[in-house]
Amino acid sequence: MTLDKLLVIAAALFCCGLYTVMTRRNAVAVLMGVELILNATNINFVAFSFFLNRVMGGQIFAVFVIVLAAAEAAVALAIFLRMFSTTGTVEVDVADQLKG
Amino acid sequence: MSGPADYIFYAAAAMTVGAAILVAILPNILYAAVALLFSFAGVAGLYILLSADFLGATQILVYVGGILVLLLFAVFLSNRISDAKITNPTHFRLPAAAICLVLFGVLSYAGVSTPYAVKKGVYLPTTADIGELLMTRYLLPFEVASVLLLAALIGAALLSRPDRAAPEKGEMEEGKG
Amino acid sequence: MEALALSLVNAIPPLAGVPLWTVTLLLMVVVAAVILVFALTFEGVGSLVLRKVAGDIQARIGPNRVGPNGMLQFLADGVKLVLKEDIIPANADRLLFKLAPYFVFVGSFAAFVVVPFGVGLIAADLNIGIYYVMAVTSLVVVGVLLAGWASNNKWALLGGMRAASQIVSYEIPVGMALIPAVLIAGSLSLQDIVRSQGGLLGIFGWNLFHNPFTFFSFFLYFTAAQAETNQTPFDLPEAESELVSGYNVEYSGIRFGLFFLAEFGDMFIVAALATACFLGGWNVPFFNAGTLPWIWGNLLSLGVFLAKAFAMVLIMMWVRWTLPRLRVDQLMRMAWKFLVPLTFVNLLGVSLWLLVFRGKGIPGMIASLFG
Repeated sequence: MTLDKLLVIAAALFCCGLYTVMTRRNAVAVLMGVELILNATNINFVAFSFFLNRVMGGQIFAVFVIVLAAAEAAVALAIFLRMFSTTGTVEVDVADQLKG
Repeated sequence: MSGPADYIFYAAAAMTVGAAILVAILPNILYAAVALLFSFAGVAGLYILLSADFLGATQILVYVGGILVLLLFAVFLSNRISDAKITNPTHFRLPAAAICLVLFGVLSYAGVSTPYAVKKGVYLPTTADIGELLMTRYLLPFEVASVLLLAALIGAALLSRPDRAAPEKGEMEEGKG
Repeated sequence: MEALALSLVNAIPPLAGVPLWTVTLLLMVVVAAVILVFALTFEGVGSLVLRKVAGDIQARIGPNRVGPNGMLQFLADGVKLVLKEDIIPANADRLLFKLAPYFVFVGSFAAFVVVPFGVGLIAADLNIGIYYVMAVTSLVVVGVLLAGWASNNKWALLGGMRAASQIVSYEIPVGMALIPAVLIAGSLSLQDIVRSQGGLLGIFGWNLFHNPFTFFSFFLYFTAAQAETNQTPFDLPEAESELVSGYNVEYSGIRFGLFFLAEFGDMFIVAALATACFLGGWNVPFFNAGTLPWIWGNLLSLGVFLAKAFAMVLIMMWVRWTLPRLRVDQLMRMAWKFLVPLTFVNLLGVSLWLLVFRGKGIPGMIASLFG
């Protein structure tokens, strides 16, 4: 378990998340991709915190990223539910107008 | 620590990345959500191996027990019950895969080839340190995060309320309520 | 665990050639098997005791056919569940249908790892003990939701969503009510919390008598935990007469058995945490069990812990068969409008008490008056 391997794992997770965001049409699946991207950055923070002589700032930042991800997921899912009740679908392709 | 710790590390890493790939390619969105659960669990395992014990438990508590449950509720509430298999098409698979592979190559090359000043890691409990830092040095982000959570709570509750009916008598309603 | 493995390797000469990590791993597997056997035995006997207690409270006898006075009923139930036909609904999602009971069972069983059974009897004394229990029991929600959806049944889905929102809502008061015990002990580790209630004060060293706020938080924890494990009076999502038994309506045989066992496992975890945090855990009054030789000290403290935990389980069963059920909106209102504010005020009270009186409780102050 070295820093290199952890950075590669985080890069792989980031790219999987990015692929999910780019190709999926269901809004909830796009949110899953965003969560994967946030997890990748968290792994980077914690790996550097461990290998650079236990800098606690990395873990504190990761705690805040988790908190913000939870808040963002709650609001995003409320928006998706509102979208479903007005348009009857959660496909991201139909949400291309600011009105409504 | 060599030997078994390395096997556990490889197992956790394989679960994380394998489940992430499944999230990206599975058409059934519920299977993708379950794969996301395993990815989160793998990341929590990696945190524990990196001596971030409090963070690992927080990962399971918030991501698996909170965000994943929210995702499942959203999937259930936005599909009819008869859609036992919820599929959705994907577009632009080949260009997206090409971009992501190139990006993966660039990121991993940058990570592997940079000579970071790596020191040997120590395994110490972190809860007390995190608590103390949150109350002394990182107090402002802590308070701002709590205000943000309050705003998110109120916003989400307001957004998911059912629409009001026609305006009550005696109230002036101009535009939407 | 590594220290135990090292002493084993030194004590048994044929094991000298085996690498230490193999011995540690085998030891972990053995300990996990022992805890699994204990959990399954408790869950079996607990179901029998539940039916006997129900019979006593409802002025009837309960099971009395199998074995002397019905004692072997749980064996008959187990054999019946294993032999039943495994029915999966036609349009159900087969993978998720089969996967869901395992999430619920793992969420319940993984918490047994940090339960402090005795002076040296704990599978893993994690330094995030209580926090780990809270994290792992939140896995149950995912299992319940998947079970409700995968059954391809409107009522199962409704029951699953209600059960999931109930568990998630009551997680907050459960966590907040356990924090006073953590504050008094200064550590999240359950062994530290139990040790902090030992000492010369005997039964008055318990966290229950430390200050009025912890006394209150014991009852808050008990109520919230009874709701989080879906026991009556909070068992609307899974009662037999409501929503056709909720999210586990389509489950039969051993799959239903897993849900059933997980419920009793959760009951034991609630009782074990209540005794460890508030009722002194394995502490024997006025006696330090660590002074005895290893086996007698552990047996004595194990006996004390199990006696207290089983008393708590009996109280849960007693409440279960005495009080009527709450409606879903009453459930949610009680969680969000009563328990959450009460636990926050309680936490504030404990923090202020510890600040003003510098960590001493009422029995400690009375004892220091007498010198």
